[in-house]
Amino acid sequence: MTPARRIAAEFAASRIALAGLALLALVLLAALFAPWISPQNPYDLARLDLLDSRLPPGARSAAGAIHWLGTDDQGRDMLSAILYGLRTSVAVGLTSTTLALAIGVSLGLAAAWFGGWLDALLMRIADLQLSFPSILIALVLLAVLGQGLDKIVIALVAVQWAYYARTARAAALVERRKEYVDAAVALAFSNARIIFRHLFPNCLPPLLVLATVQIAAAITLEATLSFLGLGLPITQPSLGLLISNGFNYLLSGHYWISAFPGIALLLAVVSINLVADRLGEVLDPHGPQR
Amino acid sequence: MLAYVFRRLAQSVAVLFVMSLLVFAGVYAVGNPIDILVNPQSDQNEIARATAALGLDRPLFEQYFVFIGHAATGDLGRSFAFNVPAIGLILERMPATLELATAAMLIAVLLGIPLGLWAGLKPRSAAGRTIMAGSILGFSLPTFWVGLMLILVFSVWLGWLPTSGRGPTANLLGIPVSFLTAEGLRHLVLPTANLALFNLSLVIRLTRSGTREAMRQDYVRFARAKGLTETRVVGVHVLRNVLVPVVTVAGVEFGSVIAFAVVTESIFAWPGMGKLLIDSINVLDRPVIVAYLCIVVALFVAINLAVDLAYSWLDPRVRPGEAR
Repeated sequence: MTPARRIAAEFAASRIALAGLALLALVLLAALFAPWISPQNPYDLARLDLLDSRLPPGARSAAGAIHWLGTDDQGRDMLSAILYGLRTSVAVGLTSTTLALAIGVSLGLAAAWFGGWLDALLMRIADLQLSFPSILIALVLLAVLGQGLDKIVIALVAVQWAYYARTARAAALVERRKEYVDAAVALAFSNARIIFRHLFPNCLPPLLVLATVQIAAAITLEATLSFLGLGLPITQPSLGLLISNGFNYLLSGHYWISAFPGIALLLAVVSINLVADRLGEVLDPHGPQR
Repeated sequence: MLAYVFRRLAQSVAVLFVMSLLVFAGVYAVGNPIDILVNPQSDQNEIARATAALGLDRPLFEQYFVFIGHAATGDLGRSFAFNVPAIGLILERMPATLELATAAMLIAVLLGIPLGLWAGLKPRSAAGRTIMAGSILGFSLPTFWVGLMLILVFSVWLGWLPTSGRGPTANLLGIPVSFLTAEGLRHLVLPTANLALFNLSLVIRLTRSGTREAMRQDYVRFARAKGLTETRVVGVHVLRNVLVPVVTVAGVEFGSVIAFAVVTESIFAWPGMGKLLIDSINVLDRPVIVAYLCIVVALFVAINLAVDLAYSWLDPRVRPGEAR
């Protein structure tokens, strides 16, 4: 059996992990196809009717459409707003994780390969950063940078790169002592070729697990920052901003405006975490536990 | 040991210095606070006068040296928005945050250790599985949303608990605290539960894996072979070995509880320094942002130092000098 098939088979041995994977697929499809499956374009102001504002879940609008998850204060269909919000949240999570992975892994592998002052400098910076909670660093960065999609991605990348750098370095330090690396050196391959063609693929398993966990972390952190009013602007509402908007109506009992976006966020995060958990077990060199 | 203490102290001071520079440069390099502070109708002369009065016309490095000089005497600048010393503003709010953070950490540890022990001793029982499922949920639930749902259920629907503020406070050694009055305690419940959730899950997981690890060790089998009761084996032999990592993590996590209090305080309108930070970011009140960060960074460095020292004292195997 090829390694990929063995991993797939072991992954599928856990029913909970499979359920998580199915849920994750559903979340990703919903995010990808949001504009086509939403009952309404929630940001087309011409389609909104203030008469429909704060309708409870399942109520009919003046035009006769059913709002399964209710409407918000603008008369916006919550199901549509959630699908669009999920799209934004997932996009931010994937973009920032990919960028952070690319930057962090490059720096971590370089630190392990070249050693010396570069290694010392990079790891001191990573240590310093990791000794502070991610939310604090992101808050400071956003206080400095201001609001916006690009700003929040920068903040998330700045928060995350250090995790990848540490993990990549640790894995590469083990790998570089192996014979295939010696062989590559003996063949006089360039540093870049050894790092990316030889070291990188062999450091991949722990990085994959970490990246999965970090996507969930990035989505949660973005939602938290948007909730605090420091993340995305009101024109690009992610799930966090929808929840924050619903907070204003929570005390008057209009629970659905913040409860349902929260459940969507929860489903996304839980499904990613379930997959990450099993992936960690399967890719663990000591073999799956339990 | 003494040399280690001094080396760690020197490291801590270096970290403080680097962080103050980064924070100062970051916060002061971007945006011009004068736009927010002066009346939009004021003319060029007035703007220039205000800029000079606040020292904002001088080069950045000069502003930093002035800032460091003042910081050494305990002066972290005056709040642009309130026109009072920034450090006073923060110290005034600090007890509220510390009370909330301490309460949350206590709940996490006092509830998490017994639950984790249970899940570790009986991993296949229904209770054990339920505890673990709950802790996975606790990790995945976004803190701020849980806060909202707590308000929805316990305040809006059931009407049991208040939604915001600290309630009446009583003085303990001159510091106002909520937990001494019944009404204050009622105000404390929801924010504490909200803030404790993540670390409760963390402590449960740590205790569980520590317990399972310990139960396989020879000393446990030996204790059983001696005929000790199960209570004594678990309560003394297992617990002691589980406690070291849990206490360490609880110590380190105390700092992040203070940082995450920003979120909980914003939801429950808890008048602590986290809410002050968010308010200050929104009006670009730089001295307060910088002062908050300096104080929190100092707090972090102190906590990390204390945990490191406590750890090497608790567990001789990690004592420095022997291995590094």
